Amino acid sequence: MAARKDKSQSKAAAGIDARPWIEKYRPKTLDEVSSQEEVVQVLKRSMDTANLPHLLFYGNPGTGKTSTILALCKELYGPEVYKSRVLELNASDERGIDVIRDKVKNFARVQVSAAHSTTTTLPTHRPPPPYKIVILDEADSMTSDAQSALRRTMEQYSRITRFCLVCNYVSRIIEPLASRCAKFRFAPLPSSSLLARLTHVAAVEHVPISPEALATLVEVSEGDLRRGMTFLQSCARMKGAGGGGGGEGVEAAAGGAEVLPEDVYEVAATPPGRVLDGLLESCKSKRFDRIENTVTEIVAEGWSVAGLLQQITDRLLTSPHTTSVQKAELALQLSDCDKALTDGADEHLQLLNLASRMSAIGVTA
Amino acid sequence: MSGGLWVDKYRPRSLDKLDHVPQLSQRLKQLAASEDFPHLLFYGPSGAGKKTRIVATMREIYGPGVEKLKIDQRVTTTPSGRKVDVSIVSSNYHLELTPSDVGVFDRVIVQELIKEVAQTQQVDSNAKHKFKVVVLNEADYLSREAQQALRRTMEKYTSNVRIILCANSTSKIIAPIRSRCLLIRVPAPEITEIANTLTKIAKKEAASVQPDYIQRIAEKCGRNLRKAILMLEMGVAEGAQTSQSKDVPFFDWEVFIKATAREIISEQTPQKLLQVRQRLYELLTKCIPAEIILKTLAFELAHMVDGELKPDVIAMAAFAEHRLRQGNKAIFHLEGFVARFMATYKSFLIQVLGV
Ligand SMILES: Nc1ncnc2c1ncn2[C@@H]1O[C@H](COP(=O)(O)OP(=O)(O)O)[C@@H](O)[C@H]1O
Ligand SMILES: [Mg+2]
Repeated sequence: MAARKDKSQSKAAAGIDARPWIEKYRPKTLDEVSSQEEVVQVLKRSMDTANLPHLLFYGNPGTGKTSTILALCKELYGPEVYKSRVLELNASDERGIDVIRDKVKNFARVQVSAAHSTTTTLPTHRPPPPYKIVILDEADSMTSDAQSALRRTMEQYSRITRFCLVCNYVSRIIEPLASRCAKFRFAPLPSSSLLARLTHVAAVEHVPISPEALATLVEVSEGDLRRGMTFLQSCARMKGAGGGGGGEGVEAAAGGAEVLPEDVYEVAATPPGRVLDGLLESCKSKRFDRIENTVTEIVAEGWSVAGLLQQITDRLLTSPHTTSVQKAELALQLSDCDKALTDGADEHLQLLNLASRMSAIGVTA
Repeated sequence: MSGGLWVDKYRPRSLDKLDHVPQLSQRLKQLAASEDFPHLLFYGPSGAGKKTRIVATMREIYGPGVEKLKIDQRVTTTPSGRKVDVSIVSSNYHLELTPSDVGVFDRVIVQELIKEVAQTQQVDSNAKHKFKVVVLNEADYLSREAQQALRRTMEKYTSNVRIILCANSTSKIIAPIRSRCLLIRVPAPEITEIANTLTKIAKKEAASVQPDYIQRIAEKCGRNLRKAILMLEMGVAEGAQTSQSKDVPFFDWEVFIKATAREIISEQTPQKLLQVRQRLYELLTKCIPAEIILKTLAFELAHMVDGELKPDVIAMAAFAEHRLRQGNKAIFHLEGFVARFMATYKSFLIQVLGV
């Protein structure tokens, strides 16, 4: 133990890369961005012409929106000029109307210094383009007042500044803003891309993982590579694999037990199939006390009720043993339950209510 | 270490001393030994031992230094110029806060603290990790805005900060935060495990308590270890050692709610509703959380009524509890639930029994 501590201390001192893997393996160039071909192509072309429209990236989490715009900025400006040319604001910063008026304006109105544009050459042998970029990440959490304020700023300074809005829901961006941008949808990543990327990282980090577990990882990621990477790192750490910093070019001793599908389910907070089996069994009995006991047990075990809802949906709404009318009734119950849970209602009461309704509807799987 | 409540006195401090789910302790040890790990989200029912595990994990990472705590009072100014103060527990290695203490201002506080921690260097140059830990208690009560704001912060400052969230369930944590965390499920201890822990404590306290008394507490505590230990301490104080067939102790408020349920069953009239309302007020003024009152009452009633009514009681309770979380005035929803129950129950009696 003492020896292990010493080793790790010297490593900490040596500046080992201890960032979570989602940061460590964030694409550094546009070429490293997986599967979002359309937007990557447009951005590359714009690099050649030194012209860029305002951008609006939208789509599911973990599909590369933030990574893509950061990679573009890095490629456009290189490490030196980056700081003076890119302003990144996200939901964690204060973004009321005042901030839009001041911070963004102040940044946007200073002219791009000519010196930089001519003298700095990038690895790409291209001078940095003559405009600045303002990134508004998680823009859908901006109030519509702040968005309106932004619209004027955008018009006023568009000669020297490009805006990139990043969000999950395009419908929460006010129309006058959205219509000024080139819109790109980031689709959930296809399984093949997820698998390729996760396999690569597992290899570089020396994580022993079975092919089945990799497939499970892809399945529970649901097209979200951030989830996939976090789950992979979680599995590795829980099984004691690697932990020696790893990383490209670094030889880290492989170690730890092999990651198996059940480890993946555990870190993904997905209840194992037997939990749902038990619940459905109790519903079938039509006995309230049995249903109550089963639900109490599920809640005491800490299983995620939201995860269970997803499984009920997957299993019952496609089941050949459930009639269309039953499915329709069930769908109504599920949506009520989901809404209540999202609003913060008690899981125990909600699940018990749902289960006793399911029992009454007569769904059995 | 004497004095203090038994729950605190016998809180295990290292991962090795934790009694239940040994596999979990093993996993946490692996985690503590590794160089890097993601942010963590501990979830599980209350009294399952989440906090104990968080503290033990940090001790495993940083050593006993994490137990040298100081408490600060901090004043922060919100963008609208309002001053909010919070108390923060911290050591050289970590900092802990309960954002729900500051209500709607949680976003400002959480942001400011995390940024501050991210910008200060670890003072102990021998520390195992460069990063410090920020523990956020009751993370399920973090407002949506605060959670939104955490998203990018969790990514941006990861070389200097790790966040540990502690929550009863994951459903109130927004998906983008969940996908940035390692999720650690802490199940409630089994009944036999609770009985074992209680036996150990009784022995250390030299209290000769009958095994079946301990067994009954273990069965009645709803797999909540904290509650079980409190019940044991209460029982011993009331003289459980001497009498053999003594009932397990319940908290006053529980007894009070059980009695309230009997009143509701005894009579369904506007007068009764008025009396029940008085009792509900009394519970609220004793700071029993409204959702606990509602849930306890609902389960009591469900156990007292005829089989075919049970699902209705739960449906009414689920509806009222949901409303309660969204509304402001707890009494409306509690009373609404009771009134609705009374109406349903009364018409059931008339229909079925012809009373
Ligand atoms: N298309 C992608 N190509 C490569 N890596 C990706 C891609 N999408 C997501 N990732 C990985 O997931 C993490 C989160 O991606 P990010 O761009 O922040 O997602 P978001 O779309 O939510 O902004 C990144 O650090 C990266 O490791
Ligand atoms: Mg993002």
